[in-house]
Amino acid sequence: MALLEMKNIVKEFPGVRALDGVTFDLSSSEFHALVGENGAGKSTLMKVLSGVYPFGTYSGEILVNGDPKRFANVRAAEQAGIAIIFQELSLVKELTVGENIFLGREPARFGVIDSAMLYKRAAELLNDLNLPINAHTKIANLGIGQQQLVEIAKALSQDAKILVLDEPTAALTESEVKTLFGILEKLKTRGVGMIYISHKLGEVFRMSDRITVLRDGKTVGTNATKDSSIERVIALMVGREVGDIFPKTSHEFGETALEVKNLNVFDTDVTDKKIVDDISFSVKKGEVLGIAGLMGAGRSELLMAIFGAWNGKNSGEVFVEGRKVDIDSPSEAIEKGIGFVTEDRKRFGLLLEQNLLDNLTLAGLKQISGVFITHRSRETVAAQKSMKDLRVKANSPFTVANTLSGGNQQKVVLGKWLLTNPKILFLDEPTRGIDVGAKQEIYAEINKLAKEGLAIVMVSSELPEVMGLSDRILVLHEGRLTGEFTRTEATAEKVMARATGNV
Amino acid sequence: MNEPKEQGFKMNTSALRAYTMIGALALIWLYFHWATGYIFLTPRNLSNLMLQTVQGGLTAYLNIPAFIVTLGGMLAWRGAVKGITESETIPVADATFKSFGQSYVSPQIGWILAAAAVLFVLFIAFKQIKTKKEYGIGHANPTREILQSLLPIGVIIAFIYVMNSYAGVPIPVLVLLAVALLGYFITNNTTFGRYLYAIGGNADAARLSGINNRLIVLKVFALLGALTGIASIIFTARVGSASPDAGVLKELDAIAACVIGGASLIGGRGTIFGACLGALIMASLDNGMSLLNVRDFMQEIIKGAILVAAVGLDMAGKKQN
Repeated sequence: MALLEMKNIVKEFPGVRALDGVTFDLSSSEFHALVGENGAGKSTLMKVLSGVYPFGTYSGEILVNGDPKRFANVRAAEQAGIAIIFQELSLVKELTVGENIFLGREPARFGVIDSAMLYKRAAELLNDLNLPINAHTKIANLGIGQQQLVEIAKALSQDAKILVLDEPTAALTESEVKTLFGILEKLKTRGVGMIYISHKLGEVFRMSDRITVLRDGKTVGTNATKDSSIERVIALMVGREVGDIFPKTSHEFGETALEVKNLNVFDTDVTDKKIVDDISFSVKKGEVLGIAGLMGAGRSELLMAIFGAWNGKNSGEVFVEGRKVDIDSPSEAIEKGIGFVTEDRKRFGLLLEQNLLDNLTLAGLKQISGVFITHRSRETVAAQKSMKDLRVKANSPFTVANTLSGGNQQKVVLGKWLLTNPKILFLDEPTRGIDVGAKQEIYAEINKLAKEGLAIVMVSSELPEVMGLSDRILVLHEGRLTGEFTRTEATAEKVMARATGNV
Repeated sequence: MNEPKEQGFKMNTSALRAYTMIGALALIWLYFHWATGYIFLTPRNLSNLMLQTVQGGLTAYLNIPAFIVTLGGMLAWRGAVKGITESETIPVADATFKSFGQSYVSPQIGWILAAAAVLFVLFIAFKQIKTKKEYGIGHANPTREILQSLLPIGVIIAFIYVMNSYAGVPIPVLVLLAVALLGYFITNNTTFGRYLYAIGGNADAARLSGINNRLIVLKVFALLGALTGIASIIFTARVGSASPDAGVLKELDAIAACVIGGASLIGGRGTIFGACLGALIMASLDNGMSLLNVRDFMQEIIKGAILVAAVGLDMAGKKQN
């Protein structure tokens, strides 16, 4: 009997069907990898399994050891033996390893914690897993890799029979990965079933028994690893045709607008860790340069650093129209003619509770309105024109931003940057979470802007989008440039192979 | 994913709370009772501004939460005041200085000011008609614009009439109006004012749009210092003496006034007009309860309850969004 079965899981968010009838199963002592592009539905599926999305918010069936389960919350899933280790760790940094492992389940008598017992049991547990970690150490003093191992120890202390690991090796060094895999092998012998989400196909093929590929919220294949190949998995992940849904018009490019030489970007916390590793590229006027890569490849960080908005260290040289520039803040970048349509419009793009006029004129306020004194009427004219050009569906510039649909909000963010009169425009996930109609309009706008001579650098996780719009594509993998293709050379398989580091 | 957002939160609060506080603090302090309370010295304004700037710097550049900097600053400076004055109340001897807080402008001057204000209102109305035509925004309708300006004109005339029927407009009220107008102008018609709302609304988006958040926060604190200076001059003059513990807990009245006036403690929302209104409500309560001989302890309980209720309503409104 299967340890876990998930049948016909459907999960909908407003406007999107994130999971569309996914079926998945896991046996005990099995290492089952779950792969797919960003947004394919892997994390959503695991959130359904672990009770983050409680029963009733999805449809379909979950069976553990043949028993139907309806988890009302994460706690209920844990009691059924399901433990999930998320990318963002959920340990309390100021408590010790032992305290974290038994958090909420401390051995206690009359409400007084029996510390001796707690640390004894924690030490036994760590010993049992061959983890060289002292139970008295504060979590804050451990590296990310060791913290991950503590999370696993914690899950096992709760008798987890099903262990879900979401990109566990993303932040680990090679020796830490080795330790982790050693422990996972050990768990396998004890009958624990593991679901392993990873972009790193090398690891997946090294460790897994079976591989399930998700695409657009559907299961597109489950195969035994020994009968499969990396090429085949990539083909399944990419799947859809990159057809002519993006009418690309060709035109002549101008001279080089932006050139970046040997750019390095370092992590804000771990200051010697490179997030972007020695990247050089250039983009011409009228050219659309696509940057492909998986989550965590360093794409957004690359743009942030050029734009002067990265909070950590970075080094390298930037040339705008042939002149070397030294950009330390977004205002300097704007002055030099760079615009940046940031990702996650709600978090980085919009003043949600303020009106469209305030939003549209924010970045270019001093150009549009005045350096010290503002002129409402000039701004109104500019905002109205922008709304008309981009076909923002709203009653007036005085409509509050959070009442708009995602697509219209995205157009407002784009409009804000176009009002700064940029020569170079960065787009980070320009169509994330918006409907197909609005997507097409934004694609048309990008093509039009390129034709008008704007140099465009676009980061997108949607492969068809990158391939359909770009004249040239750079592929990043773990901060390094692993591939560069012209429009005609690029195929989804080639790009995905480079993005996953499987060349 | 929520953590970075909350970081932004702190920034919001610091900037916007400080800013809305300025408005209300100045107004409330002016009209009622505030003084950090040491002997008046001419350079005091300046020194106040500088001290506030130091506090702003701590908030903006060292990321110390505004609340802590303000609270710590308050304790420390109050201590300094006690040290300087040796904990004694110092009477104001200078008659000119006293007049800042205690005298009235003559009825004639009151009417002249009223006339100036009416002309100003009409000027604004005409200017709006002109710009609307020039930029082709909306329907320029001169009659409506002029009719719309009748209300403020009426209020101005009524106000002066009522004031004159007693002894004329008090000087502190004039200062209040001047500060409020200036505040209104800054918040509505300057890039600085716009950036305040932007930082309060979404500090990350503001920063990425090229705004120097830290500098703006610093300026807000400097402004707060300047306004505190004005407020303390008026208060000291009004009471006729400077005592070391004058104005204790008035900061809470100020916050209450802002919140009642619609300012959000989370940031991004609030107006000078609202803060004035809130201050008026708080002052009316004070005054009314005193006239009704409500006992002192009851007054404090009622005001405390109103403050909590106002913030509670603000939060509830936020949640609904």
